[in-house]
Amino acid sequence: MAIKKFAVAAYDDEDVLFPAVSKVRRSGYKMHDVYTPFPVHGLDVAMGLKETDLHIAGFIYGLCGTSTAVGFISWIYTIDWKINYGGKPHFSLPAWIPITFELTVLFAAVGMVLTFCYLNQIMPGVKKHVFHPRQSDDLFILTLELNNHTSEADAIAFLKSTGAKETSIQMAEESWWYGRWDKKEEYEALNA
Amino acid sequence: MNDRFEIPARLRNTSLALIGVGVLTLVMGAVMLLSGNDMDKTRFWAVLLHDSVFFTFITGVSIFVQAAVSLAQGAWLTAYRRVPEAIGANAWIFGTIALIVTLCIIFGFKDSHGVNTIYPWVTPGTDKILLGKKAFLNPTMFIGFSVATVALWGFFGNKFRSYSIAQESAPKNDTKIYWKVFRLSGLFLIVYGLSQMSTIPWLWVMSVQAHWYSTLFSWYNFASAFVSGMSLIMLWVVYLKNQGNLQLVTKEHMHDLGKFMFAFSIFWTYLWFAQYMLIWYANIPDETVYFKLRQHGPYSVIFYANFIINFCMPILILMARPSKRNYFTVTFMAMVIIFGHWLDFFQMIMPGPLGEHWHINWYEIGTFMGFVGILIFLVSRTLSKSSLIQNNSILLKETAVHIA
Repeated sequence: MAIKKFAVAAYDDEDVLFPAVSKVRRSGYKMHDVYTPFPVHGLDVAMGLKETDLHIAGFIYGLCGTSTAVGFISWIYTIDWKINYGGKPHFSLPAWIPITFELTVLFAAVGMVLTFCYLNQIMPGVKKHVFHPRQSDDLFILTLELNNHTSEADAIAFLKSTGAKETSIQMAEESWWYGRWDKKEEYEALNA
Repeated sequence: MNDRFEIPARLRNTSLALIGVGVLTLVMGAVMLLSGNDMDKTRFWAVLLHDSVFFTFITGVSIFVQAAVSLAQGAWLTAYRRVPEAIGANAWIFGTIALIVTLCIIFGFKDSHGVNTIYPWVTPGTDKILLGKKAFLNPTMFIGFSVATVALWGFFGNKFRSYSIAQESAPKNDTKIYWKVFRLSGLFLIVYGLSQMSTIPWLWVMSVQAHWYSTLFSWYNFASAFVSGMSLIMLWVVYLKNQGNLQLVTKEHMHDLGKFMFAFSIFWTYLWFAQYMLIWYANIPDETVYFKLRQHGPYSVIFYANFIINFCMPILILMARPSKRNYFTVTFMAMVIIFGHWLDFFQMIMPGPLGEHWHINWYEIGTFMGFVGILIFLVSRTLSKSSLIQNNSILLKETAVHIA
């Protein structure tokens, strides 16, 4: 949650983008992110992104679902409300497996979707700064994070040398915040 | 690209030694068990039945995999397609062994009371249930389905392989053979559906307890065979990779095979549980007799070991992505899965004829080793006869850049 300074470069070709990304990584500039209109295969590797731990989170959510189901059903049928179903024992694990399975899947699925949204900072009702209006259309946008000691002119010159079509310096909020694009004026009035 | 497989002396000697152990066990079994009491005689034949059926099923899976992948026009198998081809082309040999064993049991085996304790429907006596099933459970039906299955598996297994070899000398980018294999694959799926997925497990395995039946049984057998058949392919791929062959196979291809081992372990558990829960819930004595013997009776050790080895271990060990791309874990798990499903077939077949007098002892282990020896010998011999890469295949480029 901080306003930071970014150097933004727009590329119009993947074949230019990939060498530019590796040049940025070698140069020592801090890469903020790359925005592309469609998933680009291999870009995560080129950017040196770590593999996500989302599946470990999914496993933990699944375990939560399993234990919730088994715990809750066994509490109902063995302690709270014992019912004799056709002479079966009160603690009848086989009969609970389908529901346990479903709750495991439900917890894992819902939990992973929410975690995915959190990690990617997307959610209904939140805003994120858009560096370039064509980042969802036909341009690949690479952003560098600058600090007070970095020379803006050097950063722009460097980005131009990697083949950028457009460059700019922007002050922007780096993470997400509450708000809606279509109600922008209302929120601004509220905050004023 | 030329990639020949020369059988290493060590592999050949190992396979011959294993066959030697198997033959020795068979001779010792014939001397010691066939002269013994009824239980010993039953054990002699039941163990042979168990191993020959198990190995027929897991080798037959290789033909099914080729057919299914050809029909789906998948390229991921092409990098190591020669491995399932070599295994599938030998499935009929195990089928023939199984055929000989089952025929010996039907025509040459009776206990001292004149009852066939392995296939009780051969000697129904006055048993109303068995007499009621006589229209299907009789030697004619048995031989008809079994011979047709073994012959057709032999035909298709060898046909797929010979087409694949013919493709190497075909003109470049020629798709004639590709579409021939495509049509043949559709036909084989029908054959496989009518054999492995229905009649053959009914006749060979389920009729051991002829009073009991389950409509899910053949699917359950198929799932068991499929996951161990995939593990078998994995073991050969890893072995050939370690020998320096199969340069086109990358970790991406291993990952695919690993996914099959993982996913079909879960699928097996699904069918295992579906069969178990319906019988447990309905609680009809005709049906529960099957699980009474296995879960609470003398087989409870194998029953729970079966579940732990075939479900808990794959789900916990193979779930993570890195473990499906690691040579050690996939080799270890492939062996565990094959052993686990060997146990699964053991607990399907043994309780009927042997009751509480089951053993896993010198005879069971020796017979298993003998069959492993035959498998290694036959498959390595077939592998060495042609290039290990399907040169000139129209999918070669696609398989080289495949990503799991």
